[in-house]
Amino acid sequence: MAPIIRIQDLGKTYGSGTVALNGVTLDIEEGEILALLGPNGAGKTTLISTICGLIEPTRGSVTVGGFDIRSQYRQARSLIGLVPQEVLIEPFEKVGANVAYTRGLYGKPPDPAHIEKVLRSLALWDKVNARTLELSGGMKRRVLIAKALSHGPKILFLDEPSAGVDVNLRREMWALVRELREEGTTIVLTTHYIEEAEEMADRVGIVNKGRLLLVEDKVKLMQSFGRKVLTIELTEDMAELPEGLARDGLRLESGKLVYEYDTHAERSGVARLISDISAAGLAVRDLSTEQSTLEEVFLDLVEGDKAREATT
Amino acid sequence: MNWLAVKSIYRREMMRTFRTLFQSVLSPVVSTTLYFVVFGSAIGSRIESVEGIPYGAFIVPGLMMLTLLQQSVSNGSGGIYMPKWVGTIFELLAAPISWVEITLGFVGAAATKAVMIATIILITSFFFVDMRIAHPFWMVGFMVLTSVSFALLGFVIGIWAKNFEQLQLMPLLVITPLTFLGGAFYSASMLPPFWEAVTRVNPVLYLISGFRWAFFDIADVPVGASLIAVAVFLGIGLVTVWTIFRTGWRIRQ
Ligand SMILES: Nc1ncnc2c1ncn2[C@@H]1O[C@H](COP(=O)(O)OP(=O)(O)OP(=O)(O)O)[C@@H](O)[C@H]1O
Ligand SMILES: [Mg+2]
Repeated sequence: MAPIIRIQDLGKTYGSGTVALNGVTLDIEEGEILALLGPNGAGKTTLISTICGLIEPTRGSVTVGGFDIRSQYRQARSLIGLVPQEVLIEPFEKVGANVAYTRGLYGKPPDPAHIEKVLRSLALWDKVNARTLELSGGMKRRVLIAKALSHGPKILFLDEPSAGVDVNLRREMWALVRELREEGTTIVLTTHYIEEAEEMADRVGIVNKGRLLLVEDKVKLMQSFGRKVLTIELTEDMAELPEGLARDGLRLESGKLVYEYDTHAERSGVARLISDISAAGLAVRDLSTEQSTLEEVFLDLVEGDKAREATT
Repeated sequence: MNWLAVKSIYRREMMRTFRTLFQSVLSPVVSTTLYFVVFGSAIGSRIESVEGIPYGAFIVPGLMMLTLLQQSVSNGSGGIYMPKWVGTIFELLAAPISWVEITLGFVGAAATKAVMIATIILITSFFFVDMRIAHPFWMVGFMVLTSVSFALLGFVIGIWAKNFEQLQLMPLLVITPLTFLGGAFYSASMLPPFWEAVTRVNPVLYLISGFRWAFFDIADVPVGASLIAVAVFLGIGLVTVWTIFRTGWRIRQ
């Protein structure tokens, strides 16, 4: 199946001279949840804003549902709902009217039942006649989501949906996003919370300095870049590491052996370690392994990017 | 063409007006009454009539035109400046619409509001003076075309302005003086020849003159010239808006 969004060599240099996007090429598949991860100023918002038509790209092309975002902007934009990073919302307008307004902008006839459904799903129905300025920050953010969903988009962009949202609400939002995906909506979100990407995404893209460092299936990403930590508890706590055991990656931590290794190295060295332990006449009481988190993967990549830059 | 979008923008802008309905209606009524007290009664007792028209009635078209210009410009500029300032303009840029829909919605609403207020002034003035409108059709025509043209100019100002000061600057420095000097409250022929010639350079004079002709059949300049002036204002507004949106100037980064 053709990707629903196809980005080719997209570049954006702001008037100030900042290169915010530097040749991004990316295919987004229909129905997936893609999380874009990157430090502040990486270019995530610029990337999303360009796809949505807020920013003129300096070079490259984007198609949405097969429509070019410039020459066929009407068809392309009809498919999209955008929740911006900042809470930008008219303060004096009532919630219901505001959401209905966005639907109108997309050329859809009024549909109070749909608006009610969207507002209910975001726990905003009791605020339908409240003015935005009477709402809390988290509620305003949900109003923005409601607006983005008001016209039933096929693709939803969420620029940092979790900023300023409490834990409960975040979970509810994740549930909503999953529900939307069940219904076939493609979701692109940016986040600083690696936990969020890990929890939500099918694929993760890592952005740094205007470039897409990689896009990978989340599970594969964690496997291929993952390091594992093996903790070995011996029948007796050890005071210091016996001579014969000392090796790279092994250390002693509160009496336990902690071995850190690369899962995609040719040899993990686990078997060797275990046999050495028994050769030393020690008995193992318990073993546990821990997969490294996406956060570590992410930091590794971004640090690696920095290091590469320093050498060139 | 996305007519539903035009309707949405238009309705929302009109609703914004109705949220402050009291203020929107009351202030023109109060200011008109004041003008009648000051100009109509105080000065009117000395001037009595201009070209056969009682002075109180004579100033009605000028007063309406003054309000029409001020209101169209300030509504036109405020309408688009607000979303720019609050940041909600992102919705308009992300929506499947072009500048045509955006302009129609905002300018249409700004012009409608200006016409509404000018009409309120007209109704108020019937309480003070006795008059008959000679060419009602032309009166409405001039009113609509003028308010659309100046709402367009206001719209351009709203896009251009980077702060509230700039937003107020043009109306304050250009529109209001030109209207006062354009014969809103007097006829150009009442001036000494030199000043009369100067006044004729003022484009707003042509609007007021045409408007007054629609009321009383008297004019400072031929009606054709007034029509051309309105067309020129409209043309300038349309071309400027078209250029702005085509180039994305001060809108899309
Ligand atoms: N309007 C603008 N004018 C000039 N430079 C800009 C503009 N917007 C963003 N930038 C610059 O472009 C770069 C990318 O910014 P962008 O907002 O896309 O980053 P981001 O990944 O979304 O960051 P964050 O995680 O903080 O939201 C930054 O260096 C930023 O300073
Ligand atoms: Mg951002």
